Amino acid sequence: MSILVNKDTKVVVQGLTGKTGTFHTEQSLGYCGTKMVAGVTPGKGGTTWEGTLPDGSKALLPVFDTVAEAREKTGANASVVYVPPKAAGASIIEAIDAEMPLIVTITEGIPVLDMVKVKARLDRSASRLLGPNCPGVLTPGECKIGIMPGSIFRRGSVGIVSRSGTLTYEAVFQTTNEGLGQTTAVGIGGDPVKGTEFIDVLEMFLADPETTSIVMIGEIGGSAEEAAAEFLKDEARRGRMKPTVGFIAGRTAPPGRTMGHAGAVISGGKGGAEDKIAAMEAAGIVVSPSPAQLGRTLAERLKG
Amino acid sequence: MNIHEYQAKALLKGFGAPVAAGVPIFSADEAETAARSLPGPLWVVKSQIHAGGRGKGRFKEASAGDKGGVRLARSVDEVVGFAREMLGATLVTKQTGPAGKQVNRLYIEDGADIARELYCSLLVDRAVGRIAFVVSTEGGMDIETVAHDTPEKIVTVAIDPEAGVTSADVAAIVAALKLEGAAVKDAETLFPLLYRAFVDKDMSLLEINPLIVLKDGHLRLLDAKVSFDGNALFRHPDVEALRDLTEEDEKEIEAHKHDLAYVALSGNIGCMVNGAGLAMATMDIIKLYGAEPANFLDVGGGASREKVTAAFKIITADPAVKGILINIFGGIMKCDVIAEGVIAAVREVGLKVPLVVRLEGTNVALGKKIIADSGLDVIAADDLDDAARKIVAAVKGA
Repeated sequence: MSILVNKDTKVVVQGLTGKTGTFHTEQSLGYCGTKMVAGVTPGKGGTTWEGTLPDGSKALLPVFDTVAEAREKTGANASVVYVPPKAAGASIIEAIDAEMPLIVTITEGIPVLDMVKVKARLDRSASRLLGPNCPGVLTPGECKIGIMPGSIFRRGSVGIVSRSGTLTYEAVFQTTNEGLGQTTAVGIGGDPVKGTEFIDVLEMFLADPETTSIVMIGEIGGSAEEAAAEFLKDEARRGRMKPTVGFIAGRTAPPGRTMGHAGAVISGGKGGAEDKIAAMEAAGIVVSPSPAQLGRTLAERLKG
Repeated sequence: MNIHEYQAKALLKGFGAPVAAGVPIFSADEAETAARSLPGPLWVVKSQIHAGGRGKGRFKEASAGDKGGVRLARSVDEVVGFAREMLGATLVTKQTGPAGKQVNRLYIEDGADIARELYCSLLVDRAVGRIAFVVSTEGGMDIETVAHDTPEKIVTVAIDPEAGVTSADVAAIVAALKLEGAAVKDAETLFPLLYRAFVDKDMSLLEINPLIVLKDGHLRLLDAKVSFDGNALFRHPDVEALRDLTEEDEKEIEAHKHDLAYVALSGNIGCMVNGAGLAMATMDIIKLYGAEPANFLDVGGGASREKVTAAFKIITADPAVKGILINIFGGIMKCDVIAEGVIAAVREVGLKVPLVVRLEGTNVALGKKIIADSGLDVIAADDLDDAARKIVAAVKGA
């Protein structure tokens, strides 16, 4: 088992014909035959996209004008959004209106108030949104949506959830090196308003029988880590508990400054790293002080 | 992006918000005309810098007098005197840090008869993904202190984006602020218009502290602080035009030109990293091993060789930097591109401090080979721990 995506996931690419969309679709197609089934670019419906896979072979995908049409013609159950930030909010809403079950938004730099509008729509729909400003989701050997480097993954037992792209790679790489491997790695994104929070993913990992331990990577800003810690504490009381290792980036970040990610800012005395670490430790999460020790800390935790 | 108080008030006045009459000035010569254009008999002379705590702040220079950054004048002569003292002087507040900020602009404003001081702000409440009003009867003081000491005195009202500010929302704010009489009537227009301004201009923060009840019972914005969402500036050239570059760090302006996320810090190890989370984690690990980072720098996911070169130049231009750590986990970013960019930059600007490079991910073998073959004095590291230890040792040994 895995969460969110597997070998049956069929993916439509919004913004396929752009440079970023093309490059990462080629990479996804080259990763264990991920089922990328179509592209959507308004005005280019009826054309055919041609890509070159990492092994040099060619791939062709049909391009549609709308997500609804692409979904109807291909039976896709997920979409990935590479549309530039100015238009990305509208693209996500289009996917929600097309009742796409999973929408993964990679785009960074979407205006926050566009996401407020998206969130209002999302709350009244059955769609799940990952991101925006996230590296995507990957189930080793089955499906890669987004921009994570496939080569560092290995099928295994660790569920990884993170607000940061490159720190996800660190966690993946280190758990691979420890011989643990991953069930699924999920990037939830670095923006303040997003579709999926830690709690949603942690619930899925707790429910997934193949996932036997969890790595959770947070950062400064907001209070999602505290909420997640509270959730894990409550679930543990009900007897649902999986060994969890955590990390919080930004212990040394100054208050009031946005650290790259739009959501990574300590404001009004809230969102600091120490509060998050304390909440996570109180929930039984082993918080690694070093981002280089995630894999080793988990391996030691599992040895007891 | 932040703007000055006088700019924020002009902007909000355009939406119909009640603000006092006022005139911004850039030199003491303009002070008399500005003061005479206002009715008196009370004037407020306010330093315009992008930092809070101006009233309680103090100037570094003795010539600026021992009064704070916001001064009450009772005559035109007094306004002119204050303007001479304050303009060009360095104001230190609890938000500026000990270096302070030079005051290059003043705002001369008509005085107000204050009955009550309240607090009102709008921001995006990330827990619910909506714009929210945060209000309190405890205005005029530091809201963080209020939140810490008396959290029950802070009320949050989140707004449904599809309904906008409803009469029930206004009633909740009115009750929280204990408004009565004319102020209730004012509230019916004020709070919806503040929300409209926030949405129309893509603000990230709108803070009125204090929002005052005048002795005649009406509401007025006594101060205004506005920040905008940098990602939405493309649709607001009018807002972009309000940018005051003298308020920003030169290295940050240069980084912004190259689309690099950069924040200047006070340590001595320069960092170049891909990804915001990893960039923060790199700062943290430097600290963990006993040194301090000189900056946060995220070169982004798909940086070109030119971008890497620009980033390297910004780091080396900082005289405080005694060592550099480059930490790249290539996903989209290919390690060979980084390696070529670094080498090009070193050849162009020279390398006077120790440089540790840690590469991992896509094309890592090629990247490492390019650096090894370059003949440059680069310290290679195997992982993040190793990299942090090596750069801290190199800087401390120097």
